[in-house]
Amino acid sequence: MDPLADPVPADVPAAQRPVKEPTPASGDRRFCPGRGGGCYRPRGMAVARRRRPAEGSLTFLYPRGFWRWAATPGLVWLVALFVVPFYAIVSMAGGSLDPATGTAVPQWNPAWWDRASFRYVLEQLLAPDGVYHVVLLRTLRYVAAAVLLCLVIGYPVAYHVARLRGRRRTVALVLLVLPFWISYLMRMLAWVGLLNDEGLVNRILVFLGILQEPYPWLEGKSVTVILGLVYGYVPFLILPLYAALDRISDAMLEAAWDLGASSFGTFVRVTLPLSKQGILAGVAIIMLPMFGDFYTAYLLSGGRPDTAMIGNAVQSLLFETTFGYAQARGAALVTLLALFVSVLTLYYIVSTARTTREAAGA
Amino acid sequence: MSAIALPSRGSTSLRTWIANPWRRHRLLALWTWCYLAWAIVPVVIAIGFSFNAGRSRSVWQGWSLRWWVGDPDLSVLHDPTLTSAIRQSLVLALATMAIATPIGVALALGLARWRGRGSGAANFLMLLPLVTPEIVLATGLFFTLVFLYPLPRPGTLGQIAGHVTWSIPYVVVVLRGRIFGVGSELEEAAMDLGAPPLDALRRALLPVLSPAIFAAFSIVFALSIDDFVTSQFLATDLRTQTVPMLIYSAGRTAPNPALNATATLMLAISLGALGLGAAGMSRLARRRGIEAEPADVASLRL
Repeated sequence: MDPLADPVPADVPAAQRPVKEPTPASGDRRFCPGRGGGCYRPRGMAVARRRRPAEGSLTFLYPRGFWRWAATPGLVWLVALFVVPFYAIVSMAGGSLDPATGTAVPQWNPAWWDRASFRYVLEQLLAPDGVYHVVLLRTLRYVAAAVLLCLVIGYPVAYHVARLRGRRRTVALVLLVLPFWISYLMRMLAWVGLLNDEGLVNRILVFLGILQEPYPWLEGKSVTVILGLVYGYVPFLILPLYAALDRISDAMLEAAWDLGASSFGTFVRVTLPLSKQGILAGVAIIMLPMFGDFYTAYLLSGGRPDTAMIGNAVQSLLFETTFGYAQARGAALVTLLALFVSVLTLYYIVSTARTTREAAGA
Repeated sequence: MSAIALPSRGSTSLRTWIANPWRRHRLLALWTWCYLAWAIVPVVIAIGFSFNAGRSRSVWQGWSLRWWVGDPDLSVLHDPTLTSAIRQSLVLALATMAIATPIGVALALGLARWRGRGSGAANFLMLLPLVTPEIVLATGLFFTLVFLYPLPRPGTLGQIAGHVTWSIPYVVVVLRGRIFGVGSELEEAAMDLGAPPLDALRRALLPVLSPAIFAAFSIVFALSIDDFVTSQFLATDLRTQTVPMLIYSAGRTAPNPALNATATLMLAISLGALGLGAAGMSRLARRRGIEAEPADVASLRL
């Protein structure tokens, strides 16, 4: 087993990592209450390969199919209200006009899907003079800038808190997770109050002589929206980073030091590579909602078109009018957005599954 | 070994001081505490302005409870738009809690222990909502509820359905760690002593899981109370407006600090639920003799 491998999934915080207890070897089943006369291996159960004595033996204790039935309500719910909705989006995007009302209706049969909405949205996204082209580029720019700033701000914080001990660490951790419990919209509302013409930020800047007169922060400024995104999402990046950095043992750093590495060298050659998983997981976690965000730009720029992101385009297509192809085009845009972020999604799931498997199998 | 100079405390060489990984990182500490202040202080200021005597949400004009209870028309206590939003937020949160937690607990148990055809796909399906942008799920739910299902319609029921869908994976993630940690010894012992499987589950396993279940309750509550996109997309009229939706629609135009007061009240309720969850969790854990896991509640909002 590679000692450097990341043994715990990124979404499991340090304090609740499963404590490994000495478990009997996989063949050793001292307690096998007689169900059909002793222990047998059910079809499809590769006990030896999985090496999971704790859960494996439960298969023998409970009635056949018990756990599958326990999972069924949740799975049915997720299929009905998560999988089917995905299909509904595509069906709506492939829908056509209802002649009676003049609004788009979904086409449930894939054979009759109308590709016009998709073609329209794709053209507007990719053509240099398309309506959504500039929005797409702006979204990519904002997200890239916000993620970079989040890393620059968040990494030192996560690093420092992971090195803290005792009471300070507890206080810092509580303050780190506090923003999670404050509504995102309320945190943006706080900035609306601060960035007004007569808000605290402008008054301080004018008082210090940096500005001659109040700056209209809230009137469609890119910098405000980007900083708003950073403010909103950086806590979600810091926590996985913290979890990854907390897992790096002091022994590793001591070894680097003993072998003559400088402080900087230790960071670049030990700490940074060991926290790579946390960085990637955290970046994926904050990028996903950022691509669908429309409320930050709306609240911090009053819904002006010069700071609109993809999310704003989706929102206005879906809810400003139901007439014509608007909702179908909105659905097509959402489909493309989902396809685009699914790259991130898949990466995240694969890496989480890998670390979970390592945690369970190690 | 003379090439490696071990730094001693009080070494005067600047080079050694910088290279010493065990020195106190003053710059890092400053950066961290500045960040924490930056993350919290704006919200504290917004809370403070809910006690402003004047109409401004940016200029301080003295203390008053005017926007909480004093004003006969516009305060949190008296403005029907505000009270209705608060009520709607609470109704959604309580209903989501009541539905999502049992379903999620059963799903977590099932997924942790069901090994067979389909379990891999089921695990994958459970993870998907966690990594789907909320706008995608909300759009899909909107179309599904409008065009496909006769029930639930958009409105309160639709919003609850959306919040539950969104919350189930979080319950599973919270419970999963605990289930892996517990193992099967307790149930084996119970069955050895003659308990039928369901009794072993109910009387041996669930009590051990109860702190995590408690944590799941408060996480679902907070998720639902803070939810914006799903509530917004599945709303129908003013009666289905929640507090985050109110902030969204009135944040730029609100004429007075009653909006801040409303947001503050919701924050207090949310933190109260967190405190209650944490307290109940550690009480339960103590009574059952399990190690408490405050991190369960605090940090699983990813």
